[in-house]
Amino acid sequence: MMISPYPVATIFGVLIVALTIAAGLIWLERRLLALWQDRYGPNRVGPFGLFQVMADMIKIFFKEDWIPPFADKTIFVIAPAIIMVTVLMSFAVLPIAPGIVVSDLNVGVLFILAMSSLGVYSVALAGWSSDNKYSLLGALRAAAQMLSYEVFMGLSIMGVVLLAGSFNLVQIIDAQRGLWFVIPQFLGFVLFLIAGVAETRRLPFDLPEAESELVAGFHSEYSGMKFGMFFVGEYLGITLISSLIAILFLGGWLGPILPPIVWFLLKTFLLICFFILLRASLPRPRFDQLMTWGWKVMLPLAVANLLVTGAIVVATAQGRSF
Amino acid sequence: MVLTFYVAAVIAVICTALMITRLKAVHALLYLVVSFLALATVFYTLGAPYVAVLEVIVYAGAIMVLFVFVMMMLNIGDRAIQIERAWLDPKAWIGPGILAAILLAELAYILVAPAGSPGIVPEVGPKEVGIALFGPYLLGVELVSMLLLAGIVGAYHLGWNAPGEVESLYAMESSRQRAVVSGDFVRAGVDRPTDTP
Repeated sequence: MMISPYPVATIFGVLIVALTIAAGLIWLERRLLALWQDRYGPNRVGPFGLFQVMADMIKIFFKEDWIPPFADKTIFVIAPAIIMVTVLMSFAVLPIAPGIVVSDLNVGVLFILAMSSLGVYSVALAGWSSDNKYSLLGALRAAAQMLSYEVFMGLSIMGVVLLAGSFNLVQIIDAQRGLWFVIPQFLGFVLFLIAGVAETRRLPFDLPEAESELVAGFHSEYSGMKFGMFFVGEYLGITLISSLIAILFLGGWLGPILPPIVWFLLKTFLLICFFILLRASLPRPRFDQLMTWGWKVMLPLAVANLLVTGAIVVATAQGRSF
Repeated sequence: MVLTFYVAAVIAVICTALMITRLKAVHALLYLVVSFLALATVFYTLGAPYVAVLEVIVYAGAIMVLFVFVMMMLNIGDRAIQIERAWLDPKAWIGPGILAAILLAELAYILVAPAGSPGIVPEVGPKEVGIALFGPYLLGVELVSMLLLAGIVGAYHLGWNAPGEVESLYAMESSRQRAVVSGDFVRAGVDRPTDTP
């Protein structure tokens, strides 16, 4: 695997593109939701309302950055930074096109899982340090939800790892030259998609910040750019999960005619639109339903998927001579 | 790589010391998490990326989150800090301090002792660990997994309620509360059986 000769350029390229996409998603989500709900959405500032994001950003940067006097100040400040750090670190191992990857890590898949499990601290600590009952309830929900869905999130992609025979994301893409893993691992694909929505705390799994019951959940007390970091962190999370699904199940950059990077961005973009469509169309479950669903349906399915895939891999490997 | 190793190792030691001496439980937990992350970096610099990532996923990412989860529900206030302060009395340090000093001396002796001397065993890699666990010690691994299964079943049993049982309890309690607090006579008796006069 060839690594780009300009590592610093790659790092900044990935950083800037990821942050720009996350910011652009704020506009895209509002426009798409509006389209599906038969209204216009932001359409006044600039062409197609594109500068709305800029206006929002200027507003959020100049807002008073208020820390509640009853909060645990250090943790209150650190919490929003954790989500940004963990998500942006995960982008480091994503292969975007041949040769464009910040770190071609051998345990790339596990690295992303590790970072996503550290992301739980952000919401849990944010809710705890706010010292507010709604925040605490949101944080409790977030911690329980993310912990439960992480378990089968990891298990659901082990089928892909078995088939590719590697934790390395570049080798996983290379293993999909003949057939995308979405076909042999369709169950794993569906499980990972659901776990991904739950990990990014998007609707229908946005119970940690359910407005109708918890004000704004774990970030009720946050304002200004600290709130902005949770906000951008969520969109970065969507981008990350979408590109991860594209890499693990849809062949990453593989595709005919068009250049590899275009294929990768196209697949990621379509998955992001699907995430937004989910928000536009699905209602929120109750929290006990969410937990039951995770532990009693998804986890056994993920284990069964892993066992069957493992059995098939072992059976076909014994047929070969080695 | 040598420099990164020492930086991570120093951070791990400092964080662990801070973890013991913090008065607020959540702050102590956070130092412990950072200590785990530093330890993962140490593993990585020693050429064991798999162990490093597992350290983050299992210890920092799962077990410590459960600790934080429990800590959030306990609502520890100023009184707990007072108790902690009492526990961290200088006199309490004497016993552990002596024992830790003995361990440190032993470690220094092992590091200084020549490589061939008795008591120094060859390194064991993850592959050897795996082969040993699932070869001669397979029975032990299976027994441990049975024990874990028993733990899961036991926890499930303790947390299980017959469906319906809990709902009726809630209904009784809430109707009682309505009668007491708000004087809502209309809905106060909804839990009463219909066949009694």
